[in-house]
Amino acid sequence: MKPFNVFPYDSNIDFMRMRWVSLSVAFLLMVVALGAMGARGFNFALDFTGGIGVELRYEKKPDVDKVREQLASAGFHGAQVQNFGSGDDLLVRLQADGKQEAGADKASSIGDAVAKAASLAGNPAEKRSSAVISAQVGKDLAIDGIYAVLFVLVGFLGYISLRFEKKFAVAAIITTLHDVLICVGWFALSGHEFDLNVLAGILSVMGFSINDTIVVFDRVRENFRGMRADPVTILNKSVNQTLSRTVITSFVAFLSMLSLYIYGGDSLRGMAEAMIIGIIIGTVSSIFVACPLLTMGMLKVSKQDLLPKSRDEEALARRP
Amino acid sequence: MLEYSRWKYLVILLVLALSVVYAVPNVFPQDPAVQVTANRGSQVDAAMKTRVDAALKKQGVPFASSEIGKDGNLLVRTATDDAQTRAADVVRDEVGSGYVVALNQASTVPGWLRAIGARPMFLGLDLRGGVHFLMQVDREAALAKRFEATAEDMRVLLRDNRIRYNSVEPGAGNTVVAVLSPGQDLSKVRPLLARDMPTYQIEATADRISVRIPQAELDKMLTDAVQQNIGTLSNRINELGVAEPIIQRQGADRIAVQLPGVQDTAQAKRILGATATLEYRGVVEGNAVEARESGNVPPEARIYNSKTIGPDGKPLPVLLNKRIITSGEQLQNATSFFDSQSGTPAVSVRLNSAGGQRMYDYTKDHVGKSMAVVYIERVPEVKLVDGKEVRTTRVNEQVISVATIQGVLNRDFQTTGLESMKEGADLALLLRAGALAAPMDFVDERTIGPSLGKENIERGLTAVAFSFVFALLFFLVYYRMFGLITCIALLINLLMVFALMSVLGATMSLPGLAGIALTVGMSVDANVLINERIREELRLGLPPQKAIAEGYERASGTILDANVTAFLAGLAMFAFGSGPLKGFGMTTMLGIATSAYTAVSVSRGIATLIYGGRKKLKSVAI
Repeated sequence: MKPFNVFPYDSNIDFMRMRWVSLSVAFLLMVVALGAMGARGFNFALDFTGGIGVELRYEKKPDVDKVREQLASAGFHGAQVQNFGSGDDLLVRLQADGKQEAGADKASSIGDAVAKAASLAGNPAEKRSSAVISAQVGKDLAIDGIYAVLFVLVGFLGYISLRFEKKFAVAAIITTLHDVLICVGWFALSGHEFDLNVLAGILSVMGFSINDTIVVFDRVRENFRGMRADPVTILNKSVNQTLSRTVITSFVAFLSMLSLYIYGGDSLRGMAEAMIIGIIIGTVSSIFVACPLLTMGMLKVSKQDLLPKSRDEEALARRP
Repeated sequence: MLEYSRWKYLVILLVLALSVVYAVPNVFPQDPAVQVTANRGSQVDAAMKTRVDAALKKQGVPFASSEIGKDGNLLVRTATDDAQTRAADVVRDEVGSGYVVALNQASTVPGWLRAIGARPMFLGLDLRGGVHFLMQVDREAALAKRFEATAEDMRVLLRDNRIRYNSVEPGAGNTVVAVLSPGQDLSKVRPLLARDMPTYQIEATADRISVRIPQAELDKMLTDAVQQNIGTLSNRINELGVAEPIIQRQGADRIAVQLPGVQDTAQAKRILGATATLEYRGVVEGNAVEARESGNVPPEARIYNSKTIGPDGKPLPVLLNKRIITSGEQLQNATSFFDSQSGTPAVSVRLNSAGGQRMYDYTKDHVGKSMAVVYIERVPEVKLVDGKEVRTTRVNEQVISVATIQGVLNRDFQTTGLESMKEGADLALLLRAGALAAPMDFVDERTIGPSLGKENIERGLTAVAFSFVFALLFFLVYYRMFGLITCIALLINLLMVFALMSVLGATMSLPGLAGIALTVGMSVDANVLINERIREELRLGLPPQKAIAEGYERASGTILDANVTAFLAGLAMFAFGSGPLKGFGMTTMLGIATSAYTAVSVSRGIATLIYGGRKKLKSVAI
């Protein structure tokens, strides 16, 4: 039986020839992403901004899903509605218009508007209380985020330097940051809602992106040790050899995320969106950014960089 | 060449069996329940259970069962959420302030499963809801604390500048009043205070000088206190290991806390509201019993009660200095242990550098004198006055140990004399998590429904299932026999992730489930690497069995490198993230670890089982 194939195995596309073009495009995309973040900022969700909490009491047990629908159609988008205690009470949390924390008087008037909009036919809602609520995430999230990124960078630098070489580590880190930046930039540019789930999605792009890049680098390392050719040929060969795997893995991951995006409903859409973009960018960048970086200036790799160390030589000699 | 040793098969079978056992509790439903735990000085026992049962029957509240668990808590199960709320009210009235009564979700997992540590995952606030506590900062107490601190600052200031005073105490109308000793120069004090407390208004008359703290300053202090309390609460919740809570400021002086799922809510409630802390004070020499009788207390001292009961049936009094040497706020770390020398539970504490310095300075000058440890706790009480609930609090101060200073103490030392190991553990937790800047009281407690709509949850679950099925189908079509092997490996992977997350007590939210789907999406990578490598080796002309062995061998290195780096990214999210990010990071790490194992080890085992035994293997369906 002949195996199924997406790509012919003897593909020999000269990716390296367009390395200046691809790197320029990558650089431009990063600039656009940074510009969008600077100029437009993010459309932060309730988790980040805080808003107003309204406690409602109904005459009889309300249908929560119906209330959600009515609030959405009355223009209160992204309102969280929960059963509160037993029976007839609901808790509604939503953003104030100004996105920033509103004053107490505003909380009261919005509370009244919510009660009106949330009243069901034959089952009116009465506002029991309304108060300004703070963001779910503290201000220290930003600091923690910086720590996390530093930790990842140092970790990658250490591990990849150890297993490969410092130049590979730097190239992999640049590629990963590029992917994450573009992902974040997309949310700034599109103005799509940015909540904690989106953040989680973007952070996991980091894992996906590095994974992709390392697989290609692994082959580069193997070929540098085993082939006699100039670096650009070896890089090209390595990308071509892993092309099939890169595309299949990304395709399957893409399928999973697409199904989340299509069927997952509002709560998962943002996250799935972040990951779909991350998967596409991560795949493309592992081919068009990571390897070309290894031919540039200080990051230019040579055979010497990867000459097997003495103990590796023994291991190689043992191989059939 | 294509071989797989027997013990490795055994390991696979063992892993599989364990995964099934530990994943199974997730299929059992949960009962609404009311949980009762004892406060300091009370006990949950059979007599109390009988009381509770009787009260519930008398009020006509239906309940399924009530039992005292191994953890020493009473658990009353009810059939409906409505009955749960009513039962909680009845029980709360019945047991009074010696106990904490909290709403809970009780697991119905059979005892033998629970005995081996198998338990279901907690469902997150978005899927299942949880409990909602509303806490209010006690303004009066917070302000009183601030005035007392200002008074202490003034005392220190006066003493340092050798100005004698009769008293420095908080006065009426946001003031602190210092009464100087006769003959002291008032004009010297004013510039001192103006320098140290520039924003305060200073008024001086005859022998007294009063400092007024502006209202704006007090308001800001209250806001800061609420903010600091939020930090302390989230530390405490973290210490308790409750995953994915929501903590929000609500209005000016309230904090809303939402905790998901089946957890020890009573313990959480007690720890959240707890104010227990320690103070270290010097002992003032003198006859304390006589001082208590006569009311003639030395000016620098206060009477404290000690743990031991005297011959008259009252606690033995101790005279302690009004000045604190150091307190729980200057603590860096605390752990509880059992002190075999004194035969009591104890905590070992480490002070921060400022606290350590004070302790050093004090003990250096007082070798041979006594020092006491005071345990301070604020106990909220609800009383019915004229049919209305009136909330009051009682401050419980008790000297838990008095010891002679044998030598100079530094930052690290131990405090003995605690009542129980649980008290020791709780105290250590509270000391570690930091003190509340202002005491807080519970003003509301409710169960809270899921924050996502039923439809949203269903759609989310369907989507996660679909994404999984997509991946499986693709593999079946693309790699045929090896696709099947990969699918089995992926399913085992999924089972392992569920089992591990259950054992580790993770909270499962919808994004968490999506995270699992993503991990599966990513974990296919390891399998793809292997399968592609096998194909490659086959194309190079290796005989099938050799190609399979070689494919696994060569892909392993790549899988290791790719997974370690991705694992690092997950670790960063877990270590530095909060709430859903933490859970997401954990899912990622577990998924990576299990997928590496299933891809490299389990799928190889299966492949060997299928292809290894054949003598003349012509082709492989890959």
